[in-house]
Amino acid sequence: MTNTQELVRLSAAQMAEKIRSRDISSRELVEAELEVIEAAEPSIDAFLHVSRDEALAQADDVDKKLASGDAESLPELAGVPVAIKDMIVTKGIPTTAASKILEGWIPPYDATVVEKLKAAGMPILGKTNLDEFAQGSSTEHSAFKRTCNPWDTDCVPGGSGGGSAAAVGAFESPLALGTDTGGSIRQPSALTGTVGVKPTYGGVSRYGAIAMASSLDQVGPVARTVLDAALLQEVIGGYDRRDSTSIPKPIPPLAQAAREGARMDLHGMKVGLVKELGGKGYQPDVEARFNEGVQLLQDMGAEVVEVSCPHFSYALAAYYIIMPSEVSSNLARYDGMRYGLRVMPPEGMEQTAANMMAVTREAGFGDEVKRRIILGIYALSAGYYDAWYGSAQKVRTLIIRDLEAAFKQADVLISPASPTTAFKFGERMDDPLAMYLSDVATIPANMAGSPAMSIPAGLSKDGLPVGFQFFAPQMRDDVMYKPAAALEAALEKQWGGSIYQSMKTPWLGENK
Amino acid sequence: MVAMPTFTREEIENLGRLAQIALTDGEIERLKGELNVIAESITKVQEVAGSDVPPTANPIPIEAYLRPDEAEEPLSQKEALAGAPETEAGMFVAPRILGEE
Repeated sequence: MTNTQELVRLSAAQMAEKIRSRDISSRELVEAELEVIEAAEPSIDAFLHVSRDEALAQADDVDKKLASGDAESLPELAGVPVAIKDMIVTKGIPTTAASKILEGWIPPYDATVVEKLKAAGMPILGKTNLDEFAQGSSTEHSAFKRTCNPWDTDCVPGGSGGGSAAAVGAFESPLALGTDTGGSIRQPSALTGTVGVKPTYGGVSRYGAIAMASSLDQVGPVARTVLDAALLQEVIGGYDRRDSTSIPKPIPPLAQAAREGARMDLHGMKVGLVKELGGKGYQPDVEARFNEGVQLLQDMGAEVVEVSCPHFSYALAAYYIIMPSEVSSNLARYDGMRYGLRVMPPEGMEQTAANMMAVTREAGFGDEVKRRIILGIYALSAGYYDAWYGSAQKVRTLIIRDLEAAFKQADVLISPASPTTAFKFGERMDDPLAMYLSDVATIPANMAGSPAMSIPAGLSKDGLPVGFQFFAPQMRDDVMYKPAAALEAALEKQWGGSIYQSMKTPWLGENK
Repeated sequence: MVAMPTFTREEIENLGRLAQIALTDGEIERLKGELNVIAESITKVQEVAGSDVPPTANPIPIEAYLRPDEAEEPLSQKEALAGAPETEAGMFVAPRILGEE
């Protein structure tokens, strides 16, 4: 597997360069990734479906275009494969949201982001595992399988996008798409040592992303380097008239910002350390790696100031009112009528549509989804609507104001991305509140609609990755890419290579 | 501040009906414990929600506008029906809507 091993360890930008210079073909690269998928899946289980034939056909298509001298007309990432969280619909390829209620469903259309990947000549390797309907922080709520963390297969990969993060971390794919409603891209990235970005709300089309909580959901990139994430976000981002919340403006140049950051010069940049995202509840190892990162930012010339966002401490509470409310409404569409599962009522029960729906939804939804639907219906019901939902929407305003004030004091804000490193399977499954706290540092950005990202900041004593989070102002995603790329470069200089050289990868045929 | 709600068995049974989910006895019992713990942790949103604070529904306010009125190809009938549990004569088949009459 030597050639394969070298190939799949490259960054997406390096792979693209090799394809463009005709050093390798897209088919060779896709075959290498498929080989790794086959070897890794028994221990990682990141994929719900591998679209082998489609990926190879797409690769051949790009190779043909390159052979005809058409390279200049193709986008930078042409020929580089990508995995897609199974929360995003793909025409002709099964899409389940990791729920029994959608098992076996083949969508009749592509999400806008999938259309964009295809237009960019990026072969789709398959669909990755997640918590059912993206509801969870460990991927343990998938109805189909449990995905393991490539750094320690006894640990969860985070969630809900644990499949995308684990696939990229385990070299099964250089890139993946995720969706982030309360941290579902950034928290798994923190726990798997990958780079995960939640773009500005409205910066990437949600058309064809299965709706969880529509005022919070956002599609974004998962990668192993900051530049790769920037390149992928440039492919999927931008205005889409099929999404009424899509921002009708071009996205700022992201790859350029990442390349500037790689020069490791942050003079003139003000970095705000968010006081409320640290201390109690944060693992000492996480704080230690975070503080070392802060020092590196200062060493590169950044001025670090402390900022306060006092209403962040209400973000989790407000999120667990707004999100389930929207979930209860969005998931009402799974009614056993037009697509998905239908279970008829047992004998002795009237064979009516209403009974069919109730029996179907009981059989098709898992525990966490039911918990959130019930809570959401309650939050929207008469009696508590103003006290809960109304108050939560006001908290949203206060969080936005906190961030506006903070961005007057600093260009970019920072915090740990997750209060802990990866935890063991089962550890938080019987305690919903403990699971919900996994997202305490990521939720504020969703509430405010602002962009944020996690990059690896090093390893804990027991060898698990720590995530470092950057926040930028709304519609200024470029602002966080520069310091993120700078910190990545400074850390790699210190480590003498990427963080992945410390990972044991027996599925690549080494470290046995 | 409105006092914290207490989730009773009857309350959860009713929510199950509204949600169109045929919850089992075991699920109702478990939800009762869990929802009361969750409620306790989220009801604090009221502490800072003063009457002078406007609510936010969409964090990035965009003015509503009309897209260009251009015709495009919709899903075909066949595609739209392809995922249905049951179809007949180009239509979705649903169980009867009304009770026994």
